[in-house]
Amino acid sequence: MTENKKNNNNFSFTKENLLLAERELKKYPKGREGSAIISILWIAQRQNKGWLSSDIIDYIAKFLDLPQIRVMEIATFYTMFNLNPVGAHHFQICGTTPCMLSGSEKLKSLLYEEIGEQSSVSKDNLSWVEVECLGACCNAPVIQINDDYYEDLAVTDLKNIIDDLRNKKEIKPGSYKDRLSSAPDNKNIQILTEDEIEEIAKNRTKPGLEAKNA
Amino acid sequence: MLKNEDKIFTNIYGANSSEISAAIRRGNWDSTKTLLSKGKDWIIEELKASGLRGRGGAGFPTGLKWSFMPKEVKDRPHYLVVNADESEPGTCKDREILRNEPHQFIEGCLIASFAMSANVCYVYVRGEYVNERYSLQKAIDEAYEAGFIGKNACQSGWDFDIYVHHGAGAYICGEETALLESLEGKKGMPRLKPPFPANCGLYGCPTTVNNVESIAVTPEILRRGAEWFSSLGKPNNTGTKLFCISGHVNTPCNVEEEMGITLRELLEKHAGGVRGGWDNLLAVIPGGSSVPCLPADLCQNLSMDFDTLKELNSGLGTAAVIVMDKSTDIVGAIARLSYFYKHESCGQCTPCREGTGWMWRVMDRMTKGDASIDEIDMLQEVTKQVEGHTICALGDAAAWPIQGLIRHFRHEIENRISK
Repeated sequence: MTENKKNNNNFSFTKENLLLAERELKKYPKGREGSAIISILWIAQRQNKGWLSSDIIDYIAKFLDLPQIRVMEIATFYTMFNLNPVGAHHFQICGTTPCMLSGSEKLKSLLYEEIGEQSSVSKDNLSWVEVECLGACCNAPVIQINDDYYEDLAVTDLKNIIDDLRNKKEIKPGSYKDRLSSAPDNKNIQILTEDEIEEIAKNRTKPGLEAKNA
Repeated sequence: MLKNEDKIFTNIYGANSSEISAAIRRGNWDSTKTLLSKGKDWIIEELKASGLRGRGGAGFPTGLKWSFMPKEVKDRPHYLVVNADESEPGTCKDREILRNEPHQFIEGCLIASFAMSANVCYVYVRGEYVNERYSLQKAIDEAYEAGFIGKNACQSGWDFDIYVHHGAGAYICGEETALLESLEGKKGMPRLKPPFPANCGLYGCPTTVNNVESIAVTPEILRRGAEWFSSLGKPNNTGTKLFCISGHVNTPCNVEEEMGITLRELLEKHAGGVRGGWDNLLAVIPGGSSVPCLPADLCQNLSMDFDTLKELNSGLGTAAVIVMDKSTDIVGAIARLSYFYKHESCGQCTPCREGTGWMWRVMDRMTKGDASIDEIDMLQEVTKQVEGHTICALGDAAAWPIQGLIRHFRHEIENRISK
């Protein structure tokens, strides 16, 4: 198990995040607020630059009025919670079969060369880790950097992304091929305009709307 | 090829806006009140007649599933929970629905909840889909604003609230009872069934868990009629389906097609064909990582539907087609899946917790040829000991890809060992 380090400063939610957390609590019936534990831990992790220290676990336990171990078991069970510091730009590279078939191994080698060992933080504040299927297989290989997906990556694309981050430049999320989300990138793809779609929708027969009430 | 008129998802690539005004122009939220006024029984009967089978992998008839909910709400409220924890390797269709067609989906949530007497719906979105979650929440806010959901939704007299919940990276939470555990704020460890969620689900209340796509197609099925939907596809495998084509094709993509389309047509019409031509095909995994692979010779006239694939000892699953050409190290590709299941086993049942690790270690050695011939049978035997001996289907899902590999590519493993 990974060692859970302590933060030096005392953690408490910012005003903004406190509002977000309270909004999460309201989604669930009275007495079931524990349901919000994942989203609240996630808000805390974002506030703390991408990782959860042991004092945050304590804070959330108090916040939700749960034993500390109940929060700890969630933080260790779910892989998106980091119990050690991560870089300002944390690369999660998908290594599962569809991405592997599409070249994720080469991307992994590049991350290793450029950033170093998995889960270590480089001097320029980057880190990476191999994760399981990110659910964007038609755009493989995929890397998630913080919140965003970077798709259809060639090795040169990834190299450019890393260089841009080092040079404090903006990077572009989404596909690195000339394509619309997960549409086939051949030129024959038929994309209808809003007007055309509206026309088709209008002309459809809708017997369901005419049906007699049961 | 599926005609434009017959498509349900007309903005699946996000070529147009996902906002409510654009969604209405596409035909979403069209006379939802009229549909609701026809009553719960009509909706459920219509869905049964359409032949819609669940799009999350198991292919259980959706209308039948809905009918398992208690008819009357008694002391406990009813819940609809939507499984948007899309994590099955190869599958990426629900993501496109959430970000590009959220209104179609929300309308489906309202109709489904109404049909099952649920006033509250939770959508469990996988944690990594951060932007997709925001898109969905934005669409929900728009629908509240328009009066389509909330108190007296669509002026139907039915109160309906929908909440987005998210996970944090656990494949197992795609299993319905693990999802419920997770939604209750616990570790995602599957529950024993019975009791089934329809009797005792979220917070011990009657609950139905459906896949995003199953819910999103219901409004259009009801409007256009069960007869229309069942006229598409094949008997017992009706309608259209989103296929996710990944791996060694020229243009990997998500595409809506008719059920029962041949694999070859699917790949050649939409995905630019197999890399290097059809004859360069080695194998496909036709329905997401959990189903056994099929070698090229079984793919020649392969119909992509639940029943055909089941007869071939594989499955349509989520219709996530992973294509592998002849350059593929098939043993390595399946070994990587074994690693996936080892990583994602929740650890509750011994056969799965220990078995997935054991199977992966052997598969890893076999990839390198560092094994003995009799270990192939031993591996097969172990997969049989895991399969069917666990609370949930993750054990089965870990066993099947290996069984498929041994069934069709035993010679490949043997060659490597004897080298």
